[in-house]
Amino acid sequence: MAKAATPIAALRRPAVSGRETMATGVRIAVLPPAERISLRAPAGSIGALSQALGLDLPTKPKTSSAKGGRSALWLGPDEWLVIDQTAGDPLADCASVKALHSAAGVSHRNVAFSVSGPAAEATISAGCPQDLSLAAFPVGACSRTILGKIEIVVLRIGEDSFRVECWRSFSDYAWTFLAEAARDAGV
Amino acid sequence: MLLIRCPYCEEERPELEFRHAGEAHVVRSGELASISDEDFEKFFFIRSNPKGVVFERWRHIHGCARFFNAARSTITDRFYLTYKAGEPKPEVDFSAIDTGPAAWANREPAEPNVAAGAEPGKSD
Amino acid sequence: MTKQPFRIPGAGRLTPAKTARFTFDGKHFSGLAGDTLASALLANGVHLTGRSFKYHRPRGILSAGAEEPNALVTIERDSARKTPNVRATVQDLYDGLVASSQNRWPSLSFDVGAVNNIASPMFSAGFYYKTFMWPKSAWAKLYEPKIRAAAGLGVSPDQPDPDHYGSRYAHCEVLVIGGGVAGLAAALAAAESGVRVILADEQSEFGGALRYESGARIDGQSGWDWAQATAARLAAMPNVRLLPRTTAFGYYAQNFVGLVERVTEHLARPDKSLPRERLWQVRAGRVVIAAGAIERHMVFADNDRPGIMLASAARSYLNHHGVAVGRNVGVYTANDSAYHAAIDLKKAGVAIAAIVDLRDNPSGPVVEEARSLGIEVNHGRAVVKVGGTLRVSSMTIEAKGGGARRTVPVDALLMSAGWTPSVHMFSQSRGKVAFDEASHRFLPGTYAQDCISVGACNGTDGLEATLAEGFEAGKEAARAANGVNTKSPPPLTPPRKGEGGTSVSDPPSPLRGGVRDGGIAGRSPSVDSSESWSGGMLGSGPGAGAETTVKAFVDFQNDVTAKDIRQAVREGMRSIEHVKRFTTNGMATDQGKTSNMHGLAIAAETLGKPIPAVGLTTFRAPYTPVTFGSIVGHASGPLFDPTRRTPIHPWSERQGAVFEDVGQWKRAWYYPRAGEDMHAAVNRECVTVRKSAGLFDASTLGKIEVVGPDAAKFMELLYTNPWEKLDPGRCRYGIMLREDGFIYDDGVVGRLASDRFHVTTTTGGAARVMNMMEDYLQTEFPHLNVWLTSISEQWAVIAVQGPNSRKIIEPLIEGIDISDDAFPHMSVREGKICGVPTRLFRMSFTGDRGFEVNVPADYGEAVWEALWEEGRKHGACAYGTEAMHVLRAEKGYIIVGQDTDGTVTPADASVDWAIGKKKKDFVGIRGLQRPDLVASGRKQLVGLKTKDAKLVLEEGAQIVADPKQAIPMKMIGHVTSSYWSENCGRSIALALVVDGKSRMGETIYIPMPDRTIEAEITGMVFYDPKGDRLNG
Repeated sequence: MAKAATPIAALRRPAVSGRETMATGVRIAVLPPAERISLRAPAGSIGALSQALGLDLPTKPKTSSAKGGRSALWLGPDEWLVIDQTAGDPLADCASVKALHSAAGVSHRNVAFSVSGPAAEATISAGCPQDLSLAAFPVGACSRTILGKIEIVVLRIGEDSFRVECWRSFSDYAWTFLAEAARDAGV
Repeated sequence: MLLIRCPYCEEERPELEFRHAGEAHVVRSGELASISDEDFEKFFFIRSNPKGVVFERWRHIHGCARFFNAARSTITDRFYLTYKAGEPKPEVDFSAIDTGPAAWANREPAEPNVAAGAEPGKSD
Repeated sequence: MTKQPFRIPGAGRLTPAKTARFTFDGKHFSGLAGDTLASALLANGVHLTGRSFKYHRPRGILSAGAEEPNALVTIERDSARKTPNVRATVQDLYDGLVASSQNRWPSLSFDVGAVNNIASPMFSAGFYYKTFMWPKSAWAKLYEPKIRAAAGLGVSPDQPDPDHYGSRYAHCEVLVIGGGVAGLAAALAAAESGVRVILADEQSEFGGALRYESGARIDGQSGWDWAQATAARLAAMPNVRLLPRTTAFGYYAQNFVGLVERVTEHLARPDKSLPRERLWQVRAGRVVIAAGAIERHMVFADNDRPGIMLASAARSYLNHHGVAVGRNVGVYTANDSAYHAAIDLKKAGVAIAAIVDLRDNPSGPVVEEARSLGIEVNHGRAVVKVGGTLRVSSMTIEAKGGGARRTVPVDALLMSAGWTPSVHMFSQSRGKVAFDEASHRFLPGTYAQDCISVGACNGTDGLEATLAEGFEAGKEAARAANGVNTKSPPPLTPPRKGEGGTSVSDPPSPLRGGVRDGGIAGRSPSVDSSESWSGGMLGSGPGAGAETTVKAFVDFQNDVTAKDIRQAVREGMRSIEHVKRFTTNGMATDQGKTSNMHGLAIAAETLGKPIPAVGLTTFRAPYTPVTFGSIVGHASGPLFDPTRRTPIHPWSERQGAVFEDVGQWKRAWYYPRAGEDMHAAVNRECVTVRKSAGLFDASTLGKIEVVGPDAAKFMELLYTNPWEKLDPGRCRYGIMLREDGFIYDDGVVGRLASDRFHVTTTTGGAARVMNMMEDYLQTEFPHLNVWLTSISEQWAVIAVQGPNSRKIIEPLIEGIDISDDAFPHMSVREGKICGVPTRLFRMSFTGDRGFEVNVPADYGEAVWEALWEEGRKHGACAYGTEAMHVLRAEKGYIIVGQDTDGTVTPADASVDWAIGKKKKDFVGIRGLQRPDLVASGRKQLVGLKTKDAKLVLEEGAQIVADPKQAIPMKMIGHVTSSYWSENCGRSIALALVVDGKSRMGETIYIPMPDRTIEAEITGMVFYDPKGDRLNG
């Protein structure tokens, strides 16, 4: 049978990996791979799942919670995107939960970008019709929405800092859009 | 671009995040296999297409991804209310609500687009 | 060359040392930084700037703003950057600017097309409709090209646009449109409360009419200085965005306003990184419209001669640019404001030949001041004629009732018929205007959105009232924003009508006379002097009445005269909308900014109706022309549409694969080797797969994870097949219908666990299948405990197909027994391949033994490479979508969307075996019973074998039963798929044919342009009909 001669990490070839660009007031970088699940559950399961995941699943629209490198983003009334940037395995954590839920691994489905700097908001606003001001979209706010011609998930991680996720095959478009928008964001 | 209030996100969101999904409150029979041709025609083919308030389905497809219902005027494009899927059709007398000026494109050709009798800058 | 003979030393606000060189029609000129192209031309004594649209009449600069109908020029930066139809009055001058006039040949001063002017009786109102009716065939070939060549604007650039364009969504509590007195005051008052304010103005500097209102003083400063100080103050506030050179062009629903900002049009050498223009899509809590007013011209004979211009324009050129529009200037007016122009010019040392005032007894301070300066004022008189063709040379004065004429030499003639409030944006917001009888103006009446008009566009007169109104509106807008959430009114609240109107009718707060507070929060600045916007006349003046033949222009840009309007009414047009279309009045790119009211008044007079009964034509977006570039924004080149690539794409690219577009996806079409054409490559790939094995990138397949205790129940409802009894670890080919009974999608579904399905869809169906599933789950079957997740992009899919496929995957697989006994056809297992997790399917879309290896996307390429290395040991190949199509057609496997078209039932496609016969419900169950779907005579999918085995049919070709019948023949079907099959040694095809399944063995005919092809109807399986190779 097979012999695992190569460490698994060496086989991984993430999309748009390592890209980074700077423009006036904004830096855009492709973030390293992370573990992700798409978590679906009725209200009655939120407690058990929160416990298993080690963070409170947010129940208010457009909010997220974060703890120790793991974030849970409210995407819909029964839907969360759980992102783990450490070595954790949220899929495994949920596997033991008996309460009703669906956890599907989407680690490779999404690609994440960091958009940071004073012109970060303006960069995303080149293609995102939502009001991303601090008042309407404070730190911790998150939403599935639109960037140009694709769907993204945007999470505000700081006053001047966003995480933008999109599906893998749209990552080249997202990168190109953000990089072009960045050139025009520092006004 | 319209703003549409998503009853799940509990705020208005830009139209780009939404997709229209046809008329609301069309009931799919629990005994669909045995309904008559006439009933199937009504269920599948016949839509009300009113001039005025229409009850329709929308999906916040690029947001929370939920389907929901809306009452919208086909004359002015104005959304009167949105509510969650599965909630009953609200009993509202929309005729009591002033729909405001119609889009000029929709006015009768003979109707001048000048407010009759209105005083400039002094509308209430 | 550097001499600017009409520049007046000491006048204006430009710096004499900062010169800028430019050319117009190849001639070199110089102007000053801060000039517009128009002011720079005037400084050099150039009035003649263009030829008119229809009659090719020489035209000069009419205005100093966006309303300009005449001075349209082409600005050329390089061969690819040629912008036609630029209004010289809004084009900022830059060093090196190259401009040329339009619509003239061979030159501006001698234009052959001007023969149209002599032949003008031919070209009267409606002439297009009347003249070119017959013969119809001549329209496309003769009339239209000729008309387009002769009547025209500039020429479009013929190269791709090398510039890029920015775009931005912006949100604010208060958007102020127009940065004149009212707009600045509104922005300041709103901004001081801390709310987000955007102030946009189409000019390069804020100030509006303060640009020329020489006497205006605010807070002890000159009006202009106050405007600049206020703009600077606003610019320093973090909650304010100032957008000069930005036109609000469209006002849409729910206070969504489109602005276009001209970023580099004024720069000599724009930084390449800057966008040429930037589109702002603004959502505002409240919009303050401070769009000002537009001066009207007087309608009299030959009022279009170069040198005849709006009085305010001449004043603007003098007071701002320091340019005299002439040395001996006449004035023809029906209101006060032209007097100000005359006074300013006179004081600057320019001779005023005479003021001709149509009013009988003009009086007041400005009239007195003009007289005291020694200016001749003629009242109750009209200009009925002018001399000069390329430039006005004289004006002929006559008393209103007729009588003696007197001709006075002039080299420029200023005119003012009064001011038209700019209600464009208000009207675009769907507000209804109302006619103010007292001032004969259309003013904002009924509001439809949360906006308010202030200042001259609201009919407000005088600097003091304008300031106060703007200030109050800004304060009120901020109050509304800080109080109730104006953006999210509670549902079911009746639309709030005329909120803006409410605050208009509120009395403005009394000004604190003499308190020079500089506009500290809550206090409006104080004002020392002001001018009036009211008064004037509508329609034509004396000498341009019904009985004359003179050309008294109403619409300069479209060459519409007073006579044309009257003729339109005479010929039966009653609605102003019809008059507009018949005469084209107001239909040019300036949208009748100067002409609409005159046209309306003449039509009303001819109809004998009051003006409001005739109505106003509709104002539409854009307010001024908007480039395609700014609308497209970033969406060009690689951002025109997303290009989706699979994780294995880089490998295929390195192998020299040829790709085809499948929706947004790039899919490897075939992998040619040296010397191979497509045909050879595809034949080789097809043969190799059946002889040994092939690797195929199937990553684009849609994949949906269906999870929950009710997963099987849900699958039962969405698919025709039964699912409850499918064992975990097994797969099934599923068919999904629409409610009407027609095939919607298909795909192999694997049951991973009792509560977990891995569903695959077609590549093109991925999104719509997910949407339909969510729709039913959320709205029809919400009681089911099941959830759907799109995992299309989580998994890369490598199909390994062919007799050697098991040998290829075997060395790489861990933890799955892939023997035929343990892992038969249509099975699924989870395990590892190359050490990475896999969902391994035993399935086939070729009819040979096959596997589909799903691995997390980022591992796709490496796993493919490992499989490729194994495959090479067995002589396997990579194959593309073309070979995939051929191989599946050899087996009669359908492709939804190719062999079906939304009108094909499972029975039509012979896949009705996939319908669970005992099922009580599934989507489409009732549709399948519809009379038409069970009747005979339906088109059914069959195989076709051409009699000549070498002939490959064309997909889409029509089929007839009898080739000898008369044309039009009765068509009984069409070819849906057709290929050369190297494995079969012949051509094969699938076709939809009426009652096809009962016509087996019959010969049908496919008529083509050059011949008729014979073919035999066969079954759909051309290769390995017993299916032995699935385990071979």
